[in-house]
Amino acid sequence: MNDVRDTLMVGRATDGRLVRRPLSPHLQVYRPQITSVLSIMHRFTGVALSAGTLLLVAWLVAAAKSAGAYAAVAGFIGSWIGLILLFGWTAALFFHLLNGIRHLAWDAGYGFELPEVHASGWTVVAGTAALTVLAWIIAFTVV
Amino acid sequence: MSQASKSDAARSHLNVMRTELGRVRGLGSAKSGVHHWWVQRLTALALVPLSLWFIGAVLVLKDRPRLDVAHWIASPINTVLLIALVVASFHHMQLGLQVVIEDYVHGERARFALLILMKGASFLLGLAGVVSVLRLAF
Repeated sequence: MNDVRDTLMVGRATDGRLVRRPLSPHLQVYRPQITSVLSIMHRFTGVALSAGTLLLVAWLVAAAKSAGAYAAVAGFIGSWIGLILLFGWTAALFFHLLNGIRHLAWDAGYGFELPEVHASGWTVVAGTAALTVLAWIIAFTVV
Repeated sequence: MSQASKSDAARSHLNVMRTELGRVRGLGSAKSGVHHWWVQRLTALALVPLSLWFIGAVLVLKDRPRLDVAHWIASPINTVLLIALVVASFHHMQLGLQVVIEDYVHGERARFALLILMKGASFLLGLAGVVSVLRLAF
């Protein structure tokens, strides 16, 4: 072990033996990269969207319940807090959707070369921004 | 793997007379093989068109009164797609949150309690969504 990076190659097998193999990127050692940042963003947006499903259920339940309940939910969504939440929700959804397609491509065996991984990553970032802006332009202009 | 243990494994394999595929099925940390992984991909695939359709629908319905929305939900195709969206979303969600909890919550009891709580809440919320859609449909 002459290189400090070798410390990232020391792991344990399930029986406790020390083995030399690459470990997950260590947050304290690795500089953030498009690969690792998008990876944690996928998990983060997934958790955020889980919270967002509350909004979906509230909308459906209110629609089924009464005019008053629907007005209350619609009023909350239309408020400043509601709109900010909804903006975050759309951005998270578009990111998780696009990066999810990227994951499905990997699962199918495509796009593993590093230049491809970087290109698909930046495509996801650009696509998220474009689709989010597009959705909100439509929301505010088309009646 | 050392040479000795490799030949041991090969010999025990011959002794039990089972194929290698038969021996690995149902393994993995949750003893369910690749089922979790596979269902998460299937629901992901379903959610690509469903969520795009839903965003389009919300953009159309956003300022409509409740009766218009209820009428839209009650149309058969929308009913089916909405229920599919709710079921796929909540199934995909609880599979994903399960992995997050398993990764970050280390105490055996806390992890177990949190998993049950999360799965139960996901089930109830999904059910509430489906029942609401059905109420409007029938």
